[in-house]
Amino acid sequence: MTNPIKPGVRSDAGAAAVCPEGDWTLSHYVHLSRLIDTLSLNEACPVDLRQLGRLDTAGAALLVRALGRRRLIQAVEDCAELPAEQRDLLLTLSSVLEKEEGSVPDRRRQVPGLAAIVQLGRSVENGVRQSIGLLSFIGLLLVSACRAQAWRPAPLVNQIEQTGLRAIPIIVVLTFAVGTVVAFLGASVLVEFGATIYIVDLIGYAMLREFGVLLAAIVLAGRTASAFTVQLGSMKANEELDAMRAQGLDPVARLVVPRLIALVLVLPLLSFIATLAGLAGGAVVAVFVLDISLPQFLAMLNEIPPENYWVGLLKAPLFALVIAAIGCREGLKAGASAQSVGEHTTSSVVQSIFAVILLDAVAALFFMEVGW
Amino acid sequence: MSIEVRDIQKRFGRFTAVDGVNLHFPEGKLTALLGPSGSGKTTLLRMIAGLEQADSGMVLFNGEDTTHVHVSRRGVGFVFQHYALFKHMTVFDNVAFGLTVKPRRERPAKAEIENRVHRLLQLVQLEWTANRYPSQLSGGQRQRIALARALATEPRVLLLDEPFGALDAKVRTELRRWLRRLHDEIHVTSIFVTHDQEEAVDVADKIVIMNHGRIEQEGSPEEVYDNPASPFVFDFLGQVNRFYGHIRQGQAEIGDWTLPSPEHAEVANAPAVAYVRPHELEVHPDSDPATGVSLAATLADITSLGATIRLELVAPESQEPIYSELSKEAFVQLNIQTGDTVWLRPKKARVFLQPRQRAAQAA
Repeated sequence: MTNPIKPGVRSDAGAAAVCPEGDWTLSHYVHLSRLIDTLSLNEACPVDLRQLGRLDTAGAALLVRALGRRRLIQAVEDCAELPAEQRDLLLTLSSVLEKEEGSVPDRRRQVPGLAAIVQLGRSVENGVRQSIGLLSFIGLLLVSACRAQAWRPAPLVNQIEQTGLRAIPIIVVLTFAVGTVVAFLGASVLVEFGATIYIVDLIGYAMLREFGVLLAAIVLAGRTASAFTVQLGSMKANEELDAMRAQGLDPVARLVVPRLIALVLVLPLLSFIATLAGLAGGAVVAVFVLDISLPQFLAMLNEIPPENYWVGLLKAPLFALVIAAIGCREGLKAGASAQSVGEHTTSSVVQSIFAVILLDAVAALFFMEVGW
Repeated sequence: MSIEVRDIQKRFGRFTAVDGVNLHFPEGKLTALLGPSGSGKTTLLRMIAGLEQADSGMVLFNGEDTTHVHVSRRGVGFVFQHYALFKHMTVFDNVAFGLTVKPRRERPAKAEIENRVHRLLQLVQLEWTANRYPSQLSGGQRQRIALARALATEPRVLLLDEPFGALDAKVRTELRRWLRRLHDEIHVTSIFVTHDQEEAVDVADKIVIMNHGRIEQEGSPEEVYDNPASPFVFDFLGQVNRFYGHIRQGQAEIGDWTLPSPEHAEVANAPAVAYVRPHELEVHPDSDPATGVSLAATLADITSLGATIRLELVAPESQEPIYSELSKEAFVQLNIQTGDTVWLRPKKARVFLQPRQRAAQAA
């Protein structure tokens, strides 16, 4: 069923109107698009859509291009006979195309490689914004922590159990395994120099100074930051946070600060346990594989200056603060949908692991410079 | 307590959610904020509650500026669409929550709290659920508990955000009747948000219809239903037929109808739309131009809606199908069948200019 009239635009020199006529459909697209490029359509005169045959999205987009959005909308409103679906199509398309005109840069003029630079700039800006947001959130938490409302024993004990006690098995297993790996790694190099005995120093320094606290922090980042995000995010999605506020409670003081305090108390303890487990792992390898006796192992360990342990432990509260802040902040930022909670959970794990490792690197540099 | 908002505005990025709204909510009345999703009604409610800060404008409680008062000091009870009950607390603790968390100076004695919670649970007819957890209750029961929780602190204002939105149709109807009775009992100034026009008409003393962050119309349910101020309100409140034609000097010419439209007397000639409700559209087997039975249509379909009959008609003056509703007896008297040509007369019609002309006229 094709329209007998050849699709095109009638615009007689004397006529008072521009009349698109015939079928404006995809099958005539090439013809029509050439036509409107060659035709200069009088800006001032009104548009008459009555002769228009069939219309699809391609044709409608051409009409928007040919006539401009404003004129087309006017024409649509003037033409009461226009079928409703054509009217809707034209109006929808003209509003959509207008938005794109403003936001999409002309691809033909783009400098190669520009997109990558733009992307880089955006992510740097985003990173800076995130860091500023996180810092101000930490500030808010510290202020809230000073209020009595935040120090209620029940939720605090509950959080310590959730985040601390229940994390012990996984942390012990993990650091024990890393301890054995470090021992093997050291042995494979040191054995060539006949200096196998120094793996005790290797394990000792590594565990006391770095790995104990770092591994505990990474486990907490994966295990607890995500849990915080999900808990707070689902409460937010469920409007429970608003309900608390409506009842006169501050969700930050009631929910976030206990989590923060719990984590700050728990992470040094977990680091201690992690360090012990790591040393045990190393000791097992040393004693059973490398033929170093246990007293010998302990004696060597005893000679490592204790500052190394304090340097490691000093980082724990800092890591805990950052992990708790990131986890809770992402939870509070989550939107109302399950998908949003999921996205923010991923983001909180990635961010907190990243932040912990970055902070650890900075701390290592700092302690090296000050000579501790 | 009466509530007033003045020139209140709220933007989210580039999107204007509430655009300079002025409203007065009379004391002790139940007001419905009605509108499609995205019309700004929930944002307005949250600003009244203090859960959202207005960009500009004022909120007044009893004539006092409350714009910057914290939500916990405003004395509002808020009921959320998804109940927002605390999952890990029993029903009793949920209802008592607002009282138990008060600072010691303001907190009632333990016996008094217990007393009050039981009275509230009686009020919502769910006393037997006191020791259960929210997950053990049905949606309708949870929402009633949420209402009891909101009432526990004896709020001066009760705000409900689509309270029945998550419930099925039957429970909705029951609960809104129940809310109406409850309101008649306690008489606290209430505002509730809904996108369901039937719900608003059924429950509210006053209806405010919003669209695109602005107020389209406010008034009693009868007023807005009988005299819609704009095509939007007409469309939004119930079904409506649209007939396209022209206005010439105060006369709307829709096909062979001539409808008086004195409010457009100064319009020389402009496209117009006549809005006619289905139950106000008469169908006749023969034409009678003298009495205005003059618009021809083809009967396309006949549907029985229980007590009434709905006729689906097709006429060149409307691009959509036209509906007319009439009683069974009237339909039998007409003696018409699908495919017949019938003649229409509007008992009541409202004529509006088409949108662009309206804008030009306003300018």
